[in-house]
Amino acid sequence: MYEGVVQNLIDELGLLPGVGPKSAQRIAFHLLAADPADVKRLAHALLEVKDKVRFCRVCGNVASEEDCRICRDARRDLHVICVVEEPKDVVAIEKTREFRGRYHVLGGAISPIDGVGPDDLRIRELMTRLADGQVTELIIATDPNLEGEATATYLARLVKPMGVRVTRLASGLPVGGDLEYADEVTLGRAFEGRRLLDV
Amino acid sequence: MSLYRDEGVVLRTHKLGEADRIVTILTRRTGKVRAVAKGVRRTTSRFGARLEPFTHVDVQFHTGRTLDVVTQAETLRPYGERLAADYPRYTAGSAMLETADKLTVAEKEPALRHFLLLVGGLRALTDGEHEPRLVLDAYFLRSLAVAGYAPALETCARCSAEPVRAFAIVAGGVVCGDCRPAGASVPAAETVALMLALLRGDWASADASQARHRTECSGLVAAYLQWHLEHGIRSLRHVERV
Repeated sequence: MYEGVVQNLIDELGLLPGVGPKSAQRIAFHLLAADPADVKRLAHALLEVKDKVRFCRVCGNVASEEDCRICRDARRDLHVICVVEEPKDVVAIEKTREFRGRYHVLGGAISPIDGVGPDDLRIRELMTRLADGQVTELIIATDPNLEGEATATYLARLVKPMGVRVTRLASGLPVGGDLEYADEVTLGRAFEGRRLLDV
Repeated sequence: MSLYRDEGVVLRTHKLGEADRIVTILTRRTGKVRAVAKGVRRTTSRFGARLEPFTHVDVQFHTGRTLDVVTQAETLRPYGERLAADYPRYTAGSAMLETADKLTVAEKEPALRHFLLLVGGLRALTDGEHEPRLVLDAYFLRSLAVAGYAPALETCARCSAEPVRAFAIVAGGVVCGDCRPAGASVPAAETVALMLALLRGDWASADASQARHRTECSGLVAAYLQWHLEHGIRSLRHVERV
């Protein structure tokens, strides 16, 4: 146990995900030894993020203004929307540089066992975006797990009657893995989604 | 090092740390087991989709100090794959898993009948021969029977008299005019007959029932189940009718 303020800092750091008591102590002593300007910058960044960051009113992604950077970008394709579960999924897809459309962040996936139903997600907002008829394709990029698949099924059922093309990200073998370790569902999906080698 | 092997159905999963999950599995011999599946959320995980809810797996555990650890898993039947592609069946299946989890309170206490009932229920749900809500209600009634809470449906739950007039959850089933407590509902005779058919596995009668009796039956069964479990089934609110 340390003097009041130091222990206080250790306790607060220990509340962060993935930070145990030992790590919290190490970070606390690192901060104590660090340059005061660096610590001030960190404290400022922490306060600023809570103060300024909000959710984009169009897509639900994190944003520092009313609309996020992607929704403000006029060069992005207005006809394609990619649906993801969390803002961090937007970053993952942006890193691929393959997608030039816009996003819609649901804020989770349908999981009845956890009490999360369609009304708890941003599905109504998605329907409003699709209502103007500008969007021609909806790419569903929810996680490839049970909840993600069920959410995709639900969305497809809802959106198809609107005449919008609904697609789902392919799933199959991970690059860099061994075939023998692939589970039956994944391998089955890989077979289902095989493609012609056009050489 | 102590290893043991069993087969079971994955009831639910919780995220743990960066890439792990705690999986709750209802096994054939050991009962309900909560175990850690390491690295399962990574795309390169060797477990892949094997430890997703609804999957019937052959699994090897390593006994740990607080939680056991899953060391190997092989799929026996991937029920989740079919269910996730059919939303009403997925919601009904979720309610089944949640009920199985709530009814098997103690961990590592053999619950063979609950396990067999769940596997049978999931099979019926994926086969698609019967309406999902009927399969769910049949599962509820039979799992209550296994747990010792089978409702009385033919003679009065209190005095065994006939004929019966009302359904009282508090009394434990149908009741006669003399035993009827305040607030008991009066379902149609066909609804009580449907409940009996579902409890006994008489699918020919159950499939022939009318929609309004099915709705009434679902309401009574859900209320009866939640009364005996002493807490709500969260998935029930999201179960969709076809």
